[in-house]
Amino acid sequence: MERLMNFGSALPGVLSLGLIWGVMAIGLYITYKILELSDLTVDGSFCTGGAVCIVMMAMGQPTWLAMVCAFLAGMLTGAVTGFLHTTCKIPAILAGILTQLGLWTINMIIMGIEKGELISTLTIPARNSKPLVSALFLSTALDGTKPIYLYPPIVLVVITACIIGILYWFFGTERGASIRATGANEHMARAQGINTNANKMIGLMLANGLVALSGSLFAQYNGNSEINMGRGAIVIGLAAIIIGDVLFGKLFKNFALKLLAVSLGAIVYYLVIQAVLTLLQVDSQYLKLMSAAIVAIFLTVPNLGGHGFKKHKKEVPVCSK
Amino acid sequence: MLEIIDIHKTFNAGTINEKRALQGVSLHLKPGDFVTVIGGNGAGKSTLMNSVSGAYPVDEGKILIDGVDVTHLPEHKRAQYIGRVFQDPMMGTAATMQIEENLALAARRGKIRTLRTGITKKERALYKEQLATLGLGLEERMTAKVGLLSGGQRQALTLLMAALQKPKLLLLDEHTAALDPKTAAKVLETTQRIVERDNLTTLMITHNMRDAITYGNRLIMMYDGRIVVDVSGEEKKKLTVEQLLALFSKASGSDEVNDKLLLS
Repeated sequence: MERLMNFGSALPGVLSLGLIWGVMAIGLYITYKILELSDLTVDGSFCTGGAVCIVMMAMGQPTWLAMVCAFLAGMLTGAVTGFLHTTCKIPAILAGILTQLGLWTINMIIMGIEKGELISTLTIPARNSKPLVSALFLSTALDGTKPIYLYPPIVLVVITACIIGILYWFFGTERGASIRATGANEHMARAQGINTNANKMIGLMLANGLVALSGSLFAQYNGNSEINMGRGAIVIGLAAIIIGDVLFGKLFKNFALKLLAVSLGAIVYYLVIQAVLTLLQVDSQYLKLMSAAIVAIFLTVPNLGGHGFKKHKKEVPVCSK
Repeated sequence: MLEIIDIHKTFNAGTINEKRALQGVSLHLKPGDFVTVIGGNGAGKSTLMNSVSGAYPVDEGKILIDGVDVTHLPEHKRAQYIGRVFQDPMMGTAATMQIEENLALAARRGKIRTLRTGITKKERALYKEQLATLGLGLEERMTAKVGLLSGGQRQALTLLMAALQKPKLLLLDEHTAALDPKTAAKVLETTQRIVERDNLTTLMITHNMRDAITYGNRLIMMYDGRIVVDVSGEEKKKLTVEQLLALFSKASGSDEVNDKLLLS
């Protein structure tokens, strides 16, 4: 019973974290689903977003500006991967790994920019910080110390809705449609005069911008940015995408709803993790292994046919009626 | 309209797999020319096509379209002049996108892709009209995903897309080879109609000698990376398959290649 109480009281926090990671997963959706690229930059760019945001807040800059800069920094990391992939012709997966590895150092430099040395954890100083989301607001917004509109789940739902709205618009534009075509069929895209390399670049930048924005929210929520905060981000993002697809794929056909499914997938992921941690009282050290296992299972399930064999790719008949 | 000047292309140069695919091909197409291209496997037909479309660069020579030197233009920039239909029906369309979205993408070939809406109401009405001319009922399925269409339907749609933004040059790379005979005939009929309607300068590779004779105003035959037969006008109209074979063995200097050509 006590466990159940604990689980219940953790729900607002779980919802918040799910929504924050949902933003990251939506970014990943752009590369993984729309462009069909496996972009491993995210483990690094997530932390870059957090680092840039916290450093700027520590310097006394307004929170909104810190978040905008986090987004731009994320776009820059995506541009590096894009450059390595499109211009240097390095396979996307490897290009992402290279950027991610380099970002490890860059992120420490960013966090230590004030002191001029490498720092692996940076905390927001309490005096001049006005975070948009914070774990502290979970209680203070409810007891009236802080206004209710700062209640993290509310703030995050609004942010998520805005992002989904903007992406829905963007991927309906001429440019957005050409990015979708690039992911769907590169031959066709080039034959229709689409610069596929430029589009991959835009997609990678947009995706990592969102990942970094999510990182900036995560860092604010925790009150600090930490060099390992992005480790395993790609797995959480994939989990959210796949869970969303498995649970809501049949229901949601519209593009905006598909993005919503990704966000919901992230929330479900955190619910499952929280349930395992509090209800089953599993040691949190097992978390990474569990995450990997969950993703592996969800990746496997859609591939299982009636007899446990991999479903054959749907063949399109080659004759007309 | 299309001017190919002495192009050469060698794959895997300097290795044991060296393949001299094009060994000095020159070809000049006047506006409105409909040229059919035949030849056995490895004759260089597809390499010629891909060199013109820019899928890969040539080693030597020049390619001009309507007076513009496109030899060093990347594939997506050349696309503003060229409409293409591939052999593989999967290749010319985006399967996960709607029929109307595919058409809208094609309608913007050669234009800068902006942040304006990807498909307007006015366009939709136009596409409906255009799709109706195919006689496949696709005008009633505009929002269906292209992946749901049959190979023949996809090739017909790709043809429509290629002609939507009137190209200076239409490239058809054995675009009926993967279809059953009945569907192939239908797609060829559509091809003929669109080419005539828009007076398109066309280069069509085919494996079928009869089609090569029936369609177009000029026929070229390739062998070993060269153009070995080139007939046009009245001479082409009177051509028979037997004469074509005779021409071919004379040009290639061997009888056995007859079988090779027929079998391919």
